[in-house]
Amino acid sequence: MGNFLHISDRFTAIDPRLAGVTPASRLSVRPAPEMVFSGIAAIDELTGGLPRGCLTEICGPASSGRTALLLAALSAATRRGEFCALVDASDALDPQSAAAASVQFERLLWIRCGESSPQKHFSTRQKADSKRNEGRNAENRLEQVLRITDLLLESGGFGMVALDLADLPPPAARRIPLATWFRFRRAVEPTSTVLLTLEQQPIAGSCSSLVMKLHADSGCYLSKSPLAFSPGRIPITEISHVPSHAQLLEQIEIKAELIRSRLEGKPVGSVAFASRTAWADVKAG
Amino acid sequence: MPFACIYVPNFVVAARLRAEPELRTQAVAVLEGKPPLEKVWAVNEKAGRIGIAPGMTKAQAQLCWELALRPRSDLQESGAHAALLDCAQSFSPRVEDSACDTAVLDLAGLESLWRPLPTIAHRMFRRAADLGLVVNVAVAASADAALLAARGFPGVTVIPLGKEAEQLGPLPLEVMFADGLSDTQKEQSQQLLATLDRWGARNLRALAALPEVALSERLGQAGLRLQHRARGTASHTLVPLEPALVFEEAMELEHPIVLLEPLAFLLNRLLEQLCNRLAVRALAAQELRLTLELDYRAGASDESDDLIENRGIPRESDAPHHEEKSGFVQNAPHNNQHFSSTRQNRFCRTLRLPLPMLDAKLFLKLLQLDLNAHPPGAPIVKIHLAAEPSRPRSAQGGLFRPPSPEPEKLELTLARIAGLVGENKVGSLELLDTYRREGFRMRRFVAQAEQKKSATGQKHDADEKLNSPWLTDTAETKSAITALRLFRPPLHATVTLHDRQPALVVCGKKKDVQGNVLWKAGPWHISGDWWEREAWAREEWDIALQNENGVALYRLVHDLLGGAWFVEGTYD
Repeated sequence: MGNFLHISDRFTAIDPRLAGVTPASRLSVRPAPEMVFSGIAAIDELTGGLPRGCLTEICGPASSGRTALLLAALSAATRRGEFCALVDASDALDPQSAAAASVQFERLLWIRCGESSPQKHFSTRQKADSKRNEGRNAENRLEQVLRITDLLLESGGFGMVALDLADLPPPAARRIPLATWFRFRRAVEPTSTVLLTLEQQPIAGSCSSLVMKLHADSGCYLSKSPLAFSPGRIPITEISHVPSHAQLLEQIEIKAELIRSRLEGKPVGSVAFASRTAWADVKAG
Repeated sequence: MPFACIYVPNFVVAARLRAEPELRTQAVAVLEGKPPLEKVWAVNEKAGRIGIAPGMTKAQAQLCWELALRPRSDLQESGAHAALLDCAQSFSPRVEDSACDTAVLDLAGLESLWRPLPTIAHRMFRRAADLGLVVNVAVAASADAALLAARGFPGVTVIPLGKEAEQLGPLPLEVMFADGLSDTQKEQSQQLLATLDRWGARNLRALAALPEVALSERLGQAGLRLQHRARGTASHTLVPLEPALVFEEAMELEHPIVLLEPLAFLLNRLLEQLCNRLAVRALAAQELRLTLELDYRAGASDESDDLIENRGIPRESDAPHHEEKSGFVQNAPHNNQHFSSTRQNRFCRTLRLPLPMLDAKLFLKLLQLDLNAHPPGAPIVKIHLAAEPSRPRSAQGGLFRPPSPEPEKLELTLARIAGLVGENKVGSLELLDTYRREGFRMRRFVAQAEQKKSATGQKHDADEKLNSPWLTDTAETKSAITALRLFRPPLHATVTLHDRQPALVVCGKKKDVQGNVLWKAGPWHISGDWWEREAWAREEWDIALQNENGVALYRLVHDLLGGAWFVEGTYD
């Protein structure tokens, strides 16, 4: 026993140059990321929450509840006392909706990207070509989003940095090089920041730790009438004969699917939840 | 009771060297007078060694090629004087402003705080050097003895109690007369010195040894006072200064600057001086005011414009908005950064910081970003920088407190982002008391740790929550809130009505937003501001349209005043 040498000491005995080599058996295991409340209990049941220091992708088409989830996450983070940043590629945030979701505005940095960048000016001829102009605007916005995200991650200290790319056309969003996502992932890894992206289709590849796909359960998001306070699951076709003034959008039923999770081998699954309109609760009250 | 004196030898040259430290290794002469009758007013030691002396004409001095000639600058001298007082004030609250180059301070009670007197003196010397001044520091039991020692001995001198006469003895009699005397006083002092010289008294020891009665008979009380000072026994009552907290630095340029890069170099120097001065007073800056004097030479305007174009400073007319507000103060109209009107030769920018800060590099970067966005538009001949002092922020960190962005880094990040997206597009939200769409404004984002709210504040929050229908507690309801994603600007739509209800929507700008209306709820009538010119009235519909990905819900708006239809957003 007295002659027993530890493996690293054996390395040193073989060749002094191997002194700095750590054997694979002694490599430290990366600790599992801390999970935080996403703001929606059903999502937390599905994923365990949103991971800190990781990239989370939320994708889905229009009216699939992506923004509801984003606002819920922002609300939960700001209520925890964290500062959050929202990089809004399409300048689409509705302040009334954010207020209804109880987002604390003094803790939310809202960056409204758009076409009116002071550095970009288009000529009249370019404006005439609307299709080309649209593509150029998307590129311009994308460029802004990436540079701003870099700056925010470099600055540090944010509990959540959310990139709202939900209105960007998928071909434009797919133009973001994978290297950029790797850079974001590396930048956010040693921090306690939740990096969240909203998009129509997954675009970050293997850089994201969590990918969720949302879609609305079509036809099941309407109440029967304003007098029926409990929401009904009635297809649109069946209530089309009801007068429009007797109907009210109360909630959207959303199905969330866990597409990929690199955290503790979470099994792929799905969960359903509902997002209620702000006035639904007012009416019920 | 010990006193200290800080004296700046050769003050005029020292003030110049403080502004231009690179001249310290060169022979320097400071000129005064109107061209072409300028004369050498003061020289440094190196210039004296090569034969340059005060009183020489500029033409004579110019014969020496290695000599750096600089005009005398009142701004730099006042800055150096302020720095001297700041240095003194950083040690003792009882400071006498004896002359522009001399400050006397009372050290009573400071020994327990700052260790022994020699340590205090050396600290003063080092702190003055940090502020760009090479000084003599003397500590003695009386203010007059400290003053004479500081004027006579270079570096740091500490005179023990009772050894004043012995230590001051070798000093020449000239140290008793200050430099900045009036002509009459100067004449009287010259006569006095000549008289004493005739008696063979050429230093303080000789003057101290003269018989008192005989001296009194010949020179009167003035002679006796001089003798007491020479012995180190005289002392005057200190008249403490109540300094105004003014932190300003200025620089006049011999040749106008047309590029922002050399301007940044000079700003860096001024900012470092300002920050050093603030640091020695344990203060930080809450606001920075930059004033640039511009050179619009009427006769040479064309040439000047060409110069500006060629060297990269955009013209004033090229600036995006002359009255544009900076991100720092965009919501404080009374504190707006203002841009000078055409042909006025002052250009002012004010950077208001959210929290007191003291980082010259950060200030420089912020000023650079601001000047890039708002260029001065003409060659610069004078730079004036002022800082609004404030107590440094104090924050108690906590292990269990959520992380927050570092204020200095955040400020720089926000300035950079504002450069990318525009100043009014970054910040935090503030809802306005209106039902009008877009009823909000952007505020400056400040990452300040949560503070305990007062009882009044908590009550106000509770009232606000009760009164506002929009504010619901998701944590309590445990459900998500359906959000509206706005199209900015709203999408113009062509709507076909059936039975006065939308049946078909066609949106030219967005191909996804068109088709037969599958479902609709509404109309919801809203109007407001009818008493003002910006009155609005509209009908809102919630509609469902089929697109390639399924059914999507939109908000359709009919502008009742204009008659147009818009798709305002999508429910998501």
